[in-house]
Formats: sequence, structure tokens, C-alpha cells
Amino acid sequence: MAEDSSRVLIADDNKVNRLLLSRSVELLGHRVMLAENGRIALEKLQSEPFDLLLLDIEMPEVDGFAVLEQLKADPQLREMPVIVTSSVEGLDNVVRCINLGAEDYLHKPVNQVLLKARIGASLEKKRLRDQQKAMVRRFVTSEVADDMLQSGFALGGKRIHASVLFSDIRGFTALVESEGPEETIDLLNTYYTLMFDAIGSHGGVVNLIIGDGLMALFGAPLPLDDCAGSAVAAGLEMLELIGQFNHERSAVNKPALRIGIGVATGDVVAGYTGTQQRATYTCIGDPVNLAARLEAHTKVAGCAILIDDATQRALDGSVPMQSLGEVSFKGKAAAVEIFAVVVEQPAEQA
Amino acid sequence: MDESVIDRAVYAELRATTGAEFVAELVDTFVEEGPGMLAELRAARAEGNAERFRRAAHSLKSNGRTFGAVKLTALAREFELKGLDADSTRDVAGLAALEAEYARAAAELKALRNG
Repeated sequence: MAEDSSRVLIADDNKVNRLLLSRSVELLGHRVMLAENGRIALEKLQSEPFDLLLLDIEMPEVDGFAVLEQLKADPQLREMPVIVTSSVEGLDNVVRCINLGAEDYLHKPVNQVLLKARIGASLEKKRLRDQQKAMVRRFVTSEVADDMLQSGFALGGKRIHASVLFSDIRGFTALVESEGPEETIDLLNTYYTLMFDAIGSHGGVVNLIIGDGLMALFGAPLPLDDCAGSAVAAGLEMLELIGQFNHERSAVNKPALRIGIGVATGDVVAGYTGTQQRATYTCIGDPVNLAARLEAHTKVAGCAILIDDATQRALDGSVPMQSLGEVSFKGKAAAVEIFAVVVEQPAEQA
Repeated sequence: MDESVIDRAVYAELRATTGAEFVAELVDTFVEEGPGMLAELRAARAEGNAERFRRAAHSLKSNGRTFGAVKLTALAREFELKGLDADSTRDVAGLAALEAEYARAAAELKALRNG
């Protein structure tokens, strides 16, 4: 029973009702907390987690209708399952509760069998919803998940100004051969943890992982004030973290990891592509191709971070860099000027 | 005992689903809280506060229903639906009847609780 036990908040101003409902819910094996009016109920909901709210309508200070309205307006609490338990008169009041988002309405005194069925159904729905959300978060960034939950899923994109960052591990194939598959998975997991930290801490989101490479967006799905600066700062932090990781690896005689990073800035179209059944959040546009080319070019140029002219201009001299002149990339009609970010820390050892 | 005061079937079901010991506690709570609810109703009438009057009547109705106090429930519900009467003497007379019915219900619930 213990693992099935959920936290239920009962909001009712009448002591007899509170006692009776709390007894009924406890008999079903759940833990109960009590609130004497709507205001106290909202305070409790905002400060601790609950799985379900049993809500009375007629209450002093803040009544049940107002509680439903406030829950609906609160992004953190809008999905809290609510069962209204009341002896309020009139069908219009019941309809009003349902319209305000209540999952169900039970007349008082509440029948124990009905209560059990309704609570069970509400908790099961919540469990499935939580599971679904956790699943979604595992495959897309939490920003994309929130965007999807709030605005709904629709194929198609919108044009935004963003910076795109590509990175991958140099000589990864040789590394896999020397370390074996299990060890490589461990290595990749550590590597990705570090990279996600660096990117996330500068407001970027990783939206693609391919083997040892990744693509991150700065400025989508949420706008960012200085996307170019954030992307380059994230790149520098990635190098710094790899430097620290290599330090640990060298202590156990493991070869150092080396990564290359390319950053390009400009207008992209970001959104969901794919089919109604299977889609991905991504970003399409010239900066995406250019960032990928720049990342590949780090091998040729022998430097860790390469950026395009738009990123360089946006940085406005805030980061030391040097022009590498114009380079012709595959798929680009004209040669483009590229810049190497001067990396101070010894991230490029080995 | 007058079976028209408390519906035995409702009371028996309450006891069966929540336990005799718990029902005894619930009756005690109702007997403790009841006078306060009646006083609230009187105060709301004196003040002419319709919202407060309706809410207090609603609370009494709800508790009456829980215990199967049929007449008490009906009288309280009437107040809840009708609200304050333009002629306050009619409400005062109604309140006296409600209080008398509450006293009967409380006495009978106490007897059932011990029986």
C-alpha cells in the first residue's frame, strides 16, 4: 500500500466535513493534508507537492471557484487534478466547476465507493501524464517540452535570430577502437553531461546528438538577448570542462579528448519537422550548414573554435579572436571570412 | 426514539463505511460545532448579511445530510435557497424552528452514538 499512497489535500471550511473526508481518503490508503479555506489551500499547493485536491466550493476568504481560477492561471499548478466535493445547489454551479477545470464533481456526503473510484481514476490519469512528461523530457530539451505543452504541437516553424553550435570529438573512431564499446558509452555519457552543463548554463539547448557530435541552439525555442555571445561563452566553457576531464583521464593513463566547435549566427527557421506521428524540434537555415562546416574545418585550421563573420561582429571585440581569412566551403557559393577564437586555457593539450 | 429526526439507514451506512469509533468522534464534533453555526446564522440575520447567512445555512445543511438529520437538512436548505427574508420576523421564527430541530437531532445523535 505504501507505494500507492498519494498526497491528497482537502480544502473545506467545515470541521465535520474535513474530518469525514479525511477519514474516507485515509481509509483508501492515501496521506491527507487539510486546509480550512481556499487561501490556505493555495498556499499549501504552492509550497509542497500534492497529487490531488479535494475542493469544497462554499468557503470564506477564497472560495472553491476562485481556487479553480487561480490554479488554471498558474503554469505550475494548472494540471493539478481537482475533484470538487460540495453540496452546493444548482446544476449551473457544477457546470461552472467543470468549465474551470475540475476533473469531477461529487455531491456531499460523498459515497465512499464513488470516492474511491474517482480518486483512483484521477490519480491514474495524473500518473500517466507525469510519465508522459518525463518521457518527453528524456527525448527533447525541457524548453521544447514546455513549449510543446504550452502551445501544443504543430508542424512548421518560425523565423528567428539564433546562433547554432556544432561540436564533435576529434579522432573518435580511434578512441572507440582503443577503449571498447562499454567504456566508450561511459565516456560518452560523461562527455555529454559536461557538454550539456556548459551549453545549458549559457541558455543554449542541445537539440541533436549524433554519435560523438552535437548541435545546440542559442535563441530557440526561447529568445536570448545575446545569442552569439552565449554560444561562444558556452564553447569556451566546453573546452574548459574537457580540459578538466582530460586531467582526470591522464591520471589513469587514458588518452585526452579533443573537440572541435563551430558557431554561426543568423536567421533560421525553428520548429517541428517530420510527420504527425514522429517529429523533431530542429532548426533549418544557412547558419546551421555553416556552423557544421566550421566545426569540420577546425581539423584543417588546427584550432578549437571557429566562428563566422556574423558571430564575430555580434561579439564586438569582447572575446579575443583572429581572422583566418576567407574560406570556400562546400555548398556555399561565395567564400566566407572565418575567425578563430583565441583559447587561453590549455584545453588543447595532447 | 423518533425515527423521523435521524434517518437510521444514513446513519448506519456512515458507521459501516467509517467505523463506529470514528462516527462517535464525528458526532461529538458536530455537537460542538453546531451551536457556533446557529449563532453564525443568527448573527448574519441580525447584520442583514445575505452571503454570510447563505453560507452558514449551507454548512448546517451539509452536516445535517451527513448524519441523516432529515428535517434539519430540509430547514437549513430552505434558508440557503431562500436567503434573507424581507420580513426579518419570519426568519427569526424560522431560526427558532431550526434551533429546536438541531437540539432534537443532536440529542438523538448522542443517543445513537452511545447505543
